Amino acid sequence: MELVTPGIGLIFWQTVTFIIVLFLLSKFAWKPIMNALNERETSIENALSAAEKAKLEMQGLKAENEKLLAEARMERDKILKEASDAGNALVETARQKANEEGARMIAQARESIENEKRAAITEVKNMAAVLSVDIAERILRKELSNPQAQQELAKDYINEVTLN
Amino acid sequence: MKKLFILLFSFLTISAQVEAAAEGGEFKPGDMITHHIADDYTWHFADGVTLYLPVILIDNGTPKVFSSSNFYDENHAVVPYDGYMLSHGHIYRADASGQQAADQSSLLDFSITKNVASLFISVALLLVVFFTIAGSYAKGKGRAPKGIQSFFEPIIIFIRDEIAKANIGPKYERYMPYLLTIFFFIWFNNLLGLMPGGANLTGNIAVTLVLATMTLLITVFSGNKSYWSHIFATPGVPTWLAPIMIPVELIGILTKPFSLMVRLFANITAGHIIILSLFSLIFIFESIFVAPLSVAFAIFMFFLELFVALLQAYIFTLLSAMYFGGAVEEHDHVGDHGHGDGAH
Repeated sequence: MELVTPGIGLIFWQTVTFIIVLFLLSKFAWKPIMNALNERETSIENALSAAEKAKLEMQGLKAENEKLLAEARMERDKILKEASDAGNALVETARQKANEEGARMIAQARESIENEKRAAITEVKNMAAVLSVDIAERILRKELSNPQAQQELAKDYINEVTLN
Repeated sequence: MKKLFILLFSFLTISAQVEAAAEGGEFKPGDMITHHIADDYTWHFADGVTLYLPVILIDNGTPKVFSSSNFYDENHAVVPYDGYMLSHGHIYRADASGQQAADQSSLLDFSITKNVASLFISVALLLVVFFTIAGSYAKGKGRAPKGIQSFFEPIIIFIRDEIAKANIGPKYERYMPYLLTIFFFIWFNNLLGLMPGGANLTGNIAVTLVLATMTLLITVFSGNKSYWSHIFATPGVPTWLAPIMIPVELIGILTKPFSLMVRLFANITAGHIIILSLFSLIFIFESIFVAPLSVAFAIFMFFLELFVALLQAYIFTLLSAMYFGGAVEEHDHVGDHGHGDGAH
């Protein structure tokens, strides 16, 4: 019975002391401790979320970089293709021009050859004419060395004229 | 740490033996155990090392303060002093012949007994420890805890997250100071009670009575509308049952803290009794050969008691939090009695 009979003295001291301790600890220990814990938890949480955000941003940046790189690559390919096309076109036109020029030159050469040929033929003709006249003259001269023959010829001419 | 425990055990053993030897004559284990568990006006650390504590009496409104050493003569026999006498651990008015007077009314004993002195020591320890911790939080703002701070931080966080948040809900913050204080108060005192020469403070019904009353008062004063409506008009119960239900519910309010009071008192006192009984076996059998067995069991019990010291602090705090949770809970639907008394 002794054990389960609370004594007034201890009840008094326990109540007073406990209330004082509760007050002191609440004000000077629990409050700052709980605040510090909460603050630290918030700051850790913030840091974590910031890290997460940074990670996402990094990923975004990386993706963008890759996109830019791909675009740049495409651009390069396009430029290279265009350049090669332009080069090809240039070569093609040059070749065409050269062909044309060649053809023209050939045509010109052909023409001048033709002209030359014609001139040469004319000359040959003239030469032949002169030669034939000369030959005819010489023949005639030889033929007409006797007066009989001259007369005969004259007679022929006269016949011919009269006939005309 | 290990060394400290060994030292503790050896002290406990020695002090128990010394105590028994000092009493002389026939060994009465019951008396020895009661003497160890009960409160006292002196603090007996070891044979010959006794601290006489002040006696404070309010006799018919007049305060009287004197040292308890006045009750003992040079042979350590109990003698009456100034019209008062010490008998069976209590102070009574003495008559002229040194016998207990018939009239004992309005004699209030506010002495600084062994338990009160132990209470002051534990409270000083609590204040020093937690002010130091609060200081290190102020110094190392936002930084990782270190030293003693890192030992207590997980415990504080456990009380906050697993006890307060889990059982009280969103309004938990209001109750944190009380929950932390009772937890550490009970734990520290349980451990101090296990120290050699320590007082059995948390195994004293007056202390557990005060703690349980605090929980009761906080519960009653934080009870919201739905808490009281559950008591005076329990939903789902026919009105004609009210004459039975209301007294039952009102008794229920009291039985919860009553169980807190008895549970802590009985657990701690029982632990002390078991350890002391095991040591008493040596003297009962009057054989040194019983000692190894006795000591082995006592060591086992001591470890168990170290665990019980923490467990009881946890249970007291947990159940208090549950009662607060029941008082502030908003009951949305009928018949939601989520908070029973989890008996341990």
